[in-house]
Amino acid sequence: MNTDTHAAAAAHHHPDQHAHGSLSTYLLGFILSVALTAVPFWLVMSGELGNKQVTALVIMGFAVVQIVVHMVYFLHMNTASENGWTMMALIFTIVMVVIALSGSLWVMHHLTTNMMPIHEMSGMK
Amino acid sequence: MTISVKPQQTGEPLFYLADEHPHPEGWSTSLGFWIYLMSDCLVFAILFATYGVLGANYAAGPAPKDLFDLNLVAINTSMLLLSSITYGFAMLTMQQGRVGATQAWLAITGLFGLAFIGIELTEFAHMIHEGATPQRSAFLSSFFTLVGTHGLHVSFGLVWLVTLMTQVWRFGLIEANQRRLMCLSMFWHFLDVVWIGVFTFVYLMGMLR
Repeated sequence: MNTDTHAAAAAHHHPDQHAHGSLSTYLLGFILSVALTAVPFWLVMSGELGNKQVTALVIMGFAVVQIVVHMVYFLHMNTASENGWTMMALIFTIVMVVIALSGSLWVMHHLTTNMMPIHEMSGMK
Repeated sequence: MTISVKPQQTGEPLFYLADEHPHPEGWSTSLGFWIYLMSDCLVFAILFATYGVLGANYAAGPAPKDLFDLNLVAINTSMLLLSSITYGFAMLTMQQGRVGATQAWLAITGLFGLAFIGIELTEFAHMIHEGATPQRSAFLSSFFTLVGTHGLHVSFGLVWLVTLMTQVWRFGLIEANQRRLMCLSMFWHFLDVVWIGVFTFVYLMGMLR
């Protein structure tokens, strides 16, 4: 369903008017997902890149791309569905997830590095 | 639906309808279900954050390298990915109104989901047998909570799938059933999205530690 007909249909919602995929978009999404899953597994199992930090960053990049592929081809996310409210809810959730994840990791990392190990603390008395 | 009204310059009173006009049944279901999925996403985000914070605290117990078998995780991932595409086929045949084909694809999806749960439970049983129980270390507590919660979601998705297959078998592809199948489709694909995070963040990055 293209965006024009969807916008026209958006005036009165109906379950049938939810964005649907076609066989070709499902298959394209599937092929992309298989590739985006296989490459990170291969990178980690073979240790091809040598550097662990680089490998971690690369597989995180692959995960982000694959999540977008799933959102577009399987969950049919677009800016037009439900007058944009699904996209609004998604953006809000992404903001919350980023705050929760990065905030937790950041705060707890500093806590770990700044806390003195127990054996050093016992010598301070 | 919003009706835009030009700002009143003349000072005339403006009237609005107090009651909303009636909507057809299920008109807001997909948005409501999407908002539920987003709240579920926040649950998983917190579990991911917990794992991210505690994931390196092994308490002198087993580390990811000692426990995870990437071959098994790869098979598990492909099971979930295949179940995603077969659910997509079920949705396509549903739109064509082919009851038998829809049921068949739903059944195949269910089998892939069952295989996923089976492999995951085998992995858990193996770990627990080796003494890597949730009580062993903070890493294992957060691991079992995160991966277990995802597995629980898939299990409930399977119960839902069987329920809907019964519904379709009894009442056919009526509009209400199409709506329900669409909700489960969103749920199922959402779980696949969460699994991308799990296999990347927990399994692959765990092996890199």
